[in-house]
Amino acid sequence: MTRPTDPRILPSDITRSELFLNRRRLLELGVAGAAFGASGVNHLALGADAPPPVDRYKAPRNAAFSVTETPNTLEEISSYNNFYEFGTDKSDPAMNARAFKPTPWSITVDGEAEVKGSFTLEDILKPQALEERVYRMRCVEAWSMVIPWVGFPLGDLIKRFRPTSKAKYVAFTTLMDPKQMPGERDRVLDWPYVEGLRMDEAMHPLTLLAVGVYGKVLPNQNGAPIRLVVPWKYGFKGIKSIVRISFTENQPRTSWSGAAANEYGFYANVNPAVDHPRWSQATERHIGGSSLFAKRQPTLPFNGYASQVASLYTGMDLRRYF
Amino acid sequence: MFLAALVPAMLLAGGALGVGPKQLGADPVRTLLHSCGLTALNLLLITLAVTPLRQLTGWNNVQRLRRMLGLFAFFYALLHFTVYAWLDQGLDVKAIGADILKRPYITIGMLALLMLIPLAVTSTNGWMRRLRKRWQRLHYLIYPIAILGVWHFWWQVKKDIREPLLYVVMLGVLLGYRLLRAPLRRLLTSRCGSATVRERT
Repeated sequence: MTRPTDPRILPSDITRSELFLNRRRLLELGVAGAAFGASGVNHLALGADAPPPVDRYKAPRNAAFSVTETPNTLEEISSYNNFYEFGTDKSDPAMNARAFKPTPWSITVDGEAEVKGSFTLEDILKPQALEERVYRMRCVEAWSMVIPWVGFPLGDLIKRFRPTSKAKYVAFTTLMDPKQMPGERDRVLDWPYVEGLRMDEAMHPLTLLAVGVYGKVLPNQNGAPIRLVVPWKYGFKGIKSIVRISFTENQPRTSWSGAAANEYGFYANVNPAVDHPRWSQATERHIGGSSLFAKRQPTLPFNGYASQVASLYTGMDLRRYF
Repeated sequence: MFLAALVPAMLLAGGALGVGPKQLGADPVRTLLHSCGLTALNLLLITLAVTPLRQLTGWNNVQRLRRMLGLFAFFYALLHFTVYAWLDQGLDVKAIGADILKRPYITIGMLALLMLIPLAVTSTNGWMRRLRKRWQRLHYLIYPIAILGVWHFWWQVKKDIREPLLYVVMLGVLLGYRLLRAPLRRLLTSRCGSATVRERT
């Protein structure tokens, strides 16, 4: 969705609110500086915004788990996002997630597991070796990207919590904090966002928890500080800014399938043969790169990962369990 | 007014060429598609607002703008379809045909566009004279067209219906005004009439 473009107001006419606030702060500090001599300059330096993404997550590429297509640029990956917690327009998250604080962060683990409790992000990351994986990303809206994630297999983390035999599913919950996530003030979805996987899907070596992209800390609008990436499923399964991991016996009620069960299934495997009720899933538009005239490309079963994951679903009617 | 109605097209063309203030973002085809569609819808509603504006304010001059506004609505709807058929679908006739038949929101959008064609063709003074009373009847098509257009918008939104809802409300006001105007006037004149009668007795 785009906003209605009012022909009288050019985008360039609108001062971004944070720029505006910065200007005002500059003015205030300038006044303070004038009152107290040169000290205002120091305040300005202290008042600088959070540093830009650092190369903290430089990690070796796992070629066996990477596609060979050229990845999208960081600019494309971080400016075109579906993250409704920060607004429903594709450009909203990049704008509204600037003030979001991904540190400190902790994740609560509960449900059918032997190891439970609250863990800081550092606790979670410490024993995990990070790696880069270039994955295809296919959105349910029929567009796609190629993204070089940095992360570690979800399965490795799950083993540390020793789920019991009753744990058939894993559910994930996004942070609920309408102060930081302005989109949560609107009841577009039933907040907080919940996603889930069957245990065998969660343990699959392709399933990734990502903390970075392009070797840098995950931008806020991409789900900082930690998010799920399941490359053979539609993008909405990749829950962002995770604060809770729950092991459950029953299939969790997930946000999109709860909002419109006829349009978004629990499985949400990429499948060109099963259309969304309102649009075709047979092809996709690859974002970025060449020109306006680039052709749509055919969508592949399981987003091209069929040889690795199709066996998870043998005997299942994928039209029914879409 | 002519130039003002061309501004969105020029901004989008500038964005496509990489000049000017409008940037098309990571998915330029989608930006072009949605901007043209929304501009068509905006102009359609503005066209429908002309008559109420004239009746309520008595500014008879605005009536002369109606034809141009309507034609621009058609122009942007046609651009919207062109972007869809050419840039999005790559002129794949089979895929477009299947879309129009299988996707209800595309079916109704297409229907609205087809209905706009006779209105655009008969918008000249010559056709107005030739068709006389039938011209007015033909151009009542603008009402179902506007309804289909808003519906087309509503149906393609994934979840956040606030924006299409705004269009439903605006269209509701514009159509409601037309439906209620005659009965309201009758009511008002009859009230005044009886009041006068009472005063006389």
